[in-house]
Amino acid sequence: MEKRFFIKGNEALAAAAIKAGCRFYFGYPITPQNDIPEYLSRHLTKVEGCFIQAESEVASINMLLGASAAGARAMTSSSSPGISLMQEGISYLAGSELPAVIVNITRSGPGLGGISASQGDYFQATRGGGHGDYRTIVLAPHSVQEMHDLTLLAFDLADKYRNPVVILGDAVLGQMKETMVEKPYHPPELPPKDWALTGAAGRKPNLIKSLYLKEGEMERHNWKLFEKYQRMKGKEVRYEATQEEDAQLVVVAFGTTARVSKRAIRLARAAGLRVGLFRPITLFPFPEEALLRLSQRVKRFLSIEMNTGQMVEDVKLSVARDAEVHFYGHPPGSPPVPEELLEAIKKAY
Amino acid sequence: MGRILVNRERCKACALCTLACPKKLILFSQEANSQGFYPAELRSGEECTGCALCAEACPDVAIEVWR
Amino acid sequence: MKQVFRRPPSLKDVPFHFCPGCHHGVIHRLVAEAIDHFNLRERTIGVAGVGCSVFIYEYFDIDVAEAPHGRAPAVATGLKRALRDRIIFTYQGDGDLASIGMSEIVHTANRGENITVLFVNNTVYGMTGGQMAPTTLLGQQTTTSPYGRDFQQDGYPIRMAEMLATLEGTSFSTRVALNTPANLMKAKKAVRHAFEMQMHDMGFSFVEFLSSCPTNWGMNPLQANERVEKELIPYFPLGIFKERKGTDHL
Repeated sequence: MEKRFFIKGNEALAAAAIKAGCRFYFGYPITPQNDIPEYLSRHLTKVEGCFIQAESEVASINMLLGASAAGARAMTSSSSPGISLMQEGISYLAGSELPAVIVNITRSGPGLGGISASQGDYFQATRGGGHGDYRTIVLAPHSVQEMHDLTLLAFDLADKYRNPVVILGDAVLGQMKETMVEKPYHPPELPPKDWALTGAAGRKPNLIKSLYLKEGEMERHNWKLFEKYQRMKGKEVRYEATQEEDAQLVVVAFGTTARVSKRAIRLARAAGLRVGLFRPITLFPFPEEALLRLSQRVKRFLSIEMNTGQMVEDVKLSVARDAEVHFYGHPPGSPPVPEELLEAIKKAY
Repeated sequence: MGRILVNRERCKACALCTLACPKKLILFSQEANSQGFYPAELRSGEECTGCALCAEACPDVAIEVWR
Repeated sequence: MKQVFRRPPSLKDVPFHFCPGCHHGVIHRLVAEAIDHFNLRERTIGVAGVGCSVFIYEYFDIDVAEAPHGRAPAVATGLKRALRDRIIFTYQGDGDLASIGMSEIVHTANRGENITVLFVNNTVYGMTGGQMAPTTLLGQQTTTSPYGRDFQQDGYPIRMAEMLATLEGTSFSTRVALNTPANLMKAKKAVRHAFEMQMHDMGFSFVEFLSSCPTNWGMNPLQANERVEKELIPYFPLGIFKERKGTDHL
């Protein structure tokens, strides 16, 4: 029996974390994601979980490192400036091969910026963000349902690959209320966490580290991580494509922008324009092969983002050489409206 | 002998001035300002000494005092 | 009759956006009065924290820098080292200074930087909607301590004025309140004294203001004012915890 909830995006995400077995949350207040720590401060104790409002985001990500090293499912959440503070910690998580879920309810930037939605953290999320040669899986919800479902997925992928996973939401998704359907959650088969630090009783000691000083070690470690990322690219790509089969122009958008684009595309279709939508759900691994295949047939793409041009670079890198990639940017301040995107679609058509 | 002038548009009717006034001379207007607050005002009469404690307490710097 | 009380010139003639009964407005005025008393307006630079403090540039008619959350003392250090004859102050809330900024404030005080730190302690995170702060009292309900602050889970509230007074680098550390005329007058003197110390290169000065936040305490302004007396002052005593008299430490 499916249960329906009318719920805020941030709260759906927090509820999903508990559902996924997350029992450790460390975070710091920052608009527009405070509903997440506030929800978890009320509910984690009810399932004998641990909630800590840490002194800062730097402390939060490091508490997360500790809990993860102990083998627990743990999460933190923040918004853009706080995520910047976490970059060192995320690099350490990746280098140490620790599972972790990090939620970014993106706000405007750079700097203190503002509290409205933006997609200005795409580069930060997909290009490492912190130092060193690493990647995090990046999941981009576009509805309250996905804020919930992709959180369940995030914990599974983090454990499957022993890697940090970033959920890239935004202020609109976090704050809006929508109906979602709760389906039963079945955790997949996952390898045991025999690498975790639990005390070396009856086994050789385990070590969680990212320092590699001996001859050849660093190189081997980086290739090992690289191979992991290649496996992610092979198996974990997710996207949604609608009305792309007969399209003359395909809009590429993620998150809230994809929501507004869906409406704009309906308006375009009503006006007789053959427009489709390609919505990446994993921003890393980016659906480059699917886009390449699509671009064998469709030769015009319009990347629409709430920034001044970030994902468009990945779109350009993915499509066939003879496909045109246009860009429409709506920097943060307020989300774009369908009529505005319809104009952009008409111009690029 | 003193008097105060409350800037009606700045007053948020927080009432901290009423606490500060040693002679309890401050009450609230029957007419709202454009923000919907009923601003503080000096009760009519000659009793204000211009001690300015109301002005010191006012978080909106809405009170001027003469002595 | 002559006018005996008016808005200090360093405070812009604009409405404050603060909630009714919030003490930020009073503190802003006391700071502006001190700046004008010593005629410092043209050589004072303020550093805003993040939180309700961030808007000082809207209200003070002086140069202002906005610092990342918690880092105002570090930004102030950079400013003062570059401009030794200017008056530099920071204006920070309890999340900014005592949580994320704990390292910066301790080390800035420890270095004895010749700046003035104004610390607005209202036991809660105001701007972000009422989460727990390092100074939230035991048993106090906030949006992230929904069952009341519990020392086993969250630790005890931190007394910043006392803690900073233990550092050799601190020259002046005091805690004041604004809930009564008597306390308010002492607060006024404390702010003046802090700026005066900076003017005489006497080292690091720190003023902690016990302040009310009616909105996030779930109270009206009069109740909130009363809470300062009944609940805050007993745990955060008023007084001077350190006061260097001369420059013998230099």
